Amino acid sequence: MNINPVAGAPHAHDGDSVSRLMGLVLLALLPAVLYGVVLFGWPAVNLLIVTLIVCLLCEAGCLWLAGRSVRLGLMDGTALLTGVLLALSLPPWAPWWIGAVGGGFAIIVGKQVFGGTGQNVFNPAMLARVMLLVSFPVEMTTWLEPHPWLSGSAPGFLEGLLITFGHSEIADGVTGATILGYARTELVMNHALSQILPEHYHTGFAAIGWTGGSLGETSAILVLMGGLWLLWRKAITWYIPVAMLGAVLVLASGFHWLNAERFADPVLHVLSGGLMLGAFFIATDPVTSPVSRGGQIVFGIGCGALVYIIRTWGGYPEGVAFAVVLMNAATPLVDHYLRPRAYGRTWSGQSRPISERAKHAAMGRDAGSGSR
Amino acid sequence: MNDYRGIFADGLWNNNVVFAQMLALCPLMAVTTTATNGLGMGLATTGVLLAANVVIASLRQFIVDQVRIPVFVLLIASLVTLADMAINAWLHELYKVLGLFIPLIVVNCCVLGRAESFASKQPVAASAADGLAMGLGLTLALVMIGGCREVLGSATLFAHASLLLGDSFAFLETTLIQDYKGFLLMLLPPGGFLVLGFLLAGKRGMERVMEKKGVKEEFHCSVP
Repeated sequence: MNINPVAGAPHAHDGDSVSRLMGLVLLALLPAVLYGVVLFGWPAVNLLIVTLIVCLLCEAGCLWLAGRSVRLGLMDGTALLTGVLLALSLPPWAPWWIGAVGGGFAIIVGKQVFGGTGQNVFNPAMLARVMLLVSFPVEMTTWLEPHPWLSGSAPGFLEGLLITFGHSEIADGVTGATILGYARTELVMNHALSQILPEHYHTGFAAIGWTGGSLGETSAILVLMGGLWLLWRKAITWYIPVAMLGAVLVLASGFHWLNAERFADPVLHVLSGGLMLGAFFIATDPVTSPVSRGGQIVFGIGCGALVYIIRTWGGYPEGVAFAVVLMNAATPLVDHYLRPRAYGRTWSGQSRPISERAKHAAMGRDAGSGSR
Repeated sequence: MNDYRGIFADGLWNNNVVFAQMLALCPLMAVTTTATNGLGMGLATTGVLLAANVVIASLRQFIVDQVRIPVFVLLIASLVTLADMAINAWLHELYKVLGLFIPLIVVNCCVLGRAESFASKQPVAASAADGLAMGLGLTLALVMIGGCREVLGSATLFAHASLLLGDSFAFLETTLIQDYKGFLLMLLPPGGFLVLGFLLAGKRGMERVMEKKGVKEEFHCSVP
């Protein structure tokens, strides 16, 4: 018997590929990257480059060890995206070894140990960020006031190299707490939000990102625009971002309504920290999020609720990385309970009963062919 | 089995408690923040393993099969209590570090595992050799993992070794990098799992290379 082997599924392909998707996401991130570079100057460029190089080198090394094609593995762009996302979530003037250790951890422990692209349980960039925050709390919480490029306060190229690669301590005057961190410290001292916020927080500045924070997370508007563009290009679906932002908005509105002096308003929550980046670019990672629509909504709500809980009652002022990593761990469970219905079967997996119309049509066809 | 070479090869490498059987992981994660702690814990467990194997092998004719597990546990618990008191009396500084984990050697699966799978079926001498070999294999694993975590986590090696081995071994204490900032993750339990995972992968890789080179390896597998 001769069976012609056909190639495995998928048989119909619209030309989409991992590298195309990664390219789209990187393009969407470009405005936020450029803005971060402009806002924080040469040290941010150095950190970005170090993180990217280490990520790519580790990816290449692991692929070589595993005996796979290094060129194909690097060309798919996943390591590049991991590096960019990690760098964007780092404090912009962090020393080079933060980027190097983080990049290596993200690629080796976060991704390649599990079997490489598409096999990882956790989002590599967020896993590395959590590791860095737990291991090096001082370096990971040294935030900068904005030092825009070409302004007097911006460090020059050599000065930038010293900040990233040297041992020079960053002067106290240029650092400052992020609004989430500052509000937390003050709230612990029983100060009301109406006293804390006015001098340190301005909704407009927070929206365009003219504030201290991670390299690429400050500008909520630029990240949002990138995210909407991804939605429009159908690179991501709306379920996770909307569910995540919605959960934070609902929780923040509710508690703010209960006690405005203790719980910050929802707009502040949405505009600050890494929430926007997390909702559109990190939680939507197709590898580590659930498959079905219902699952993605549950996943998004879980991420958003965890972000709010960690920000409000947790030990850290910001919790996007923790929330995403925790929900990544829950993804197999969500996938188990919220499976998409298989075509032609009921939710419980039984064959669907054939409708009368379909029966008639089938009978008619049989009769027709029989009479011929 | 009277093949002592085989017993030692099993204990140290082929059927290593940690790297092949994946037993004793609880004390492994808990105490191996430094190589010295690993060494102390390993030696204490080796003592218990040796004594337990000898006692159980010599009593194996009298232990009724149906109640063997409670009898083993009783014997092991008595021996661990002795070890606990001995370390408290003569190595009190080490006891302060390891104190909590010494009594837990009772529930260390590798001790019961060797009693069940080896000592209850083998003569005394072979059981003694097995206890020693398995214990040394465990010590090797604990020291290696402790050493890796210590170097990465605090850039020292064998810190406080003089507390365990006496002042003559103070030369072991090395500081690799002065004013190292510390890599906290490696000292926390996740660091233990990470180091264990990479060492396991390393062992598998070595075995694969050895196989390729045509080194004849006998793989014993006695799952307790």
